[in-house]
Amino acid sequence: MEEKIFKALMMAATMIIVVSLFMIIVAVVKRGLPAMSWDMVSKIPGGGFYIGKEGGLLNAIIGSLYIVIGSITLGLSFSLPIVLYINLYLPEKSRLAQFTRLSFDVLFGIPSIVYGAFGFTLMVYLGLRSSLFAGILTVTFLIVPILIRSIDEVVRRVPKEMMDAALSLGATRSEIIKPILRQVAPGIITAIILSVGRGIGDAASVLFTAGYTDSIPTSLSQPVATLPLAIFFQLSSPIVEVQDRAYAAALILTFIVLVLSLAGRYYSRKFSKNKI
Amino acid sequence: MIPNLLRIEKHIDSPTEKFKVMKESQNQVAVDQIFKTKPHISVRNLNVYLTKNHILKNVSLDIPDKAITCIIGPSGCGKTTLLKTFNRLLQNSVDVKIEGEVLVDGVNIHGKDVEVENIRKKMGLLSQRPCPLPMSIFDNVAYGPRIHGTRNKRKLYEIVKNQLEAVGLWEEVKERLKAPAIRLSIGQQQRLCLARGLAVSPEIILGDEATSALDPIATTKIEQLFLSLKKEYSIVLVTHTLRQARRIADYVAFMYMGELIEFGSATEIFTNPKHQLTRDYIGGSFS
Repeated sequence: MEEKIFKALMMAATMIIVVSLFMIIVAVVKRGLPAMSWDMVSKIPGGGFYIGKEGGLLNAIIGSLYIVIGSITLGLSFSLPIVLYINLYLPEKSRLAQFTRLSFDVLFGIPSIVYGAFGFTLMVYLGLRSSLFAGILTVTFLIVPILIRSIDEVVRRVPKEMMDAALSLGATRSEIIKPILRQVAPGIITAIILSVGRGIGDAASVLFTAGYTDSIPTSLSQPVATLPLAIFFQLSSPIVEVQDRAYAAALILTFIVLVLSLAGRYYSRKFSKNKI
Repeated sequence: MIPNLLRIEKHIDSPTEKFKVMKESQNQVAVDQIFKTKPHISVRNLNVYLTKNHILKNVSLDIPDKAITCIIGPSGCGKTTLLKTFNRLLQNSVDVKIEGEVLVDGVNIHGKDVEVENIRKKMGLLSQRPCPLPMSIFDNVAYGPRIHGTRNKRKLYEIVKNQLEAVGLWEEVKERLKAPAIRLSIGQQQRLCLARGLAVSPEIILGDEATSALDPIATTKIEQLFLSLKKEYSIVLVTHTLRQARRIADYVAFMYMGELIEFGSATEIFTNPKHQLTRDYIGGSFS
């Protein structure tokens, strides 16, 4: 009996969450799909785009991809060394390692608008204008805690015997990085998927730093449009047609995240075939 | 032969009186008879503390060259710790203090100028559970030679083939060298790990209860391998099973509560142990 009650409770919890999340997607599809057209994904905004005339959101799609690719690359090139350092080179109970983990846990929970404000301050200090570079930098700050904490969790779970096995063959600590990375590759991909999800969908961090523009940037110093901001601006329009375009943009964003997640899963499976 | 290299020193400072029964001189005779070759590893007054616990108490022991030495004793007696000091893996743990000397070919491996990678390269380690690296069968064996600088593909293939043949795995895996090592059965994995260790051409093989996770057939295979490998390697095995020691050991060291109680040839230890504790352990009074 008790077993049944708990099972029912768990099922109810699952259903409530799945259904309500699914309803968000339904709402997006319902309003966005009619506004979708080939022009939306293949053209940059025309003259009267924001009052419901011709053009599309190619600038924001490309901009979001630029930002997310740039910040994942930049983020990984900092997170991987940090994680490997605190796990391989610092002693097990190192204060520095514990402090680093704690601070990334805290940074994890900070709202993205704070990152945006911080990025903006940094930008002003460095004399930068709102640009692709500043956007990438700010989103990198936003996702580095996610990357580090989720990669750290998998690296910590690498069996000690595996490291001992490699070490006892005469490997140096930097030489055991290769087998460790092979072991945690699926975990790194999960970390990337999580960060892509947060980075690509976040509006507040790019609001002050990346700016907004109707064209596709050709250099790092030019401002760049992003999908979340496109959604934000269009939703605040009084014109229904433009609001529907915001849903179409949300649909595109969801689709991009879906495609990236599926690709991530595919590669994750591919990389985990050797996993111990 | 230098006489003092052949000596086994024993320092047992236990409160229990019966530990002191054994006299140096008595022991000396036996040891001189046992040792036909120079010791490969010599442990001198080794004390190991792990998080303030005194794990190894003044252990002194000589491991002979090209023979199988089994370290036996009940759980928690320090067998594995002793083995891990041989290739300095112990130092990766926290709060370790090591006093005394471990000499390999006459060089103190805990000395300042010693490169730990060179020490470890001299010894292949087989752990309790087989632990393949997360890569293919081929890459597992090639990992060691690769990190030590062998890049030539043909040469690597040669090494992998030879070592897999040496452990009797070649026929079983030659069709699927690119398959993940984890797909092998656990007995095959252990032989793969042995091949991986042999591929860096070590001089010593260390086994930490290397067969305890295996079924009887796989265990027999590994034991046969040890017997054939002792012609070229010095083999040190920590084992839980007395019967295994009886089957394959040339020399046996019995440890109890962090102290080396008795060391001698297998025949001597099993037929005529000098120490009461050894007698009790061999007889099965405790395990």
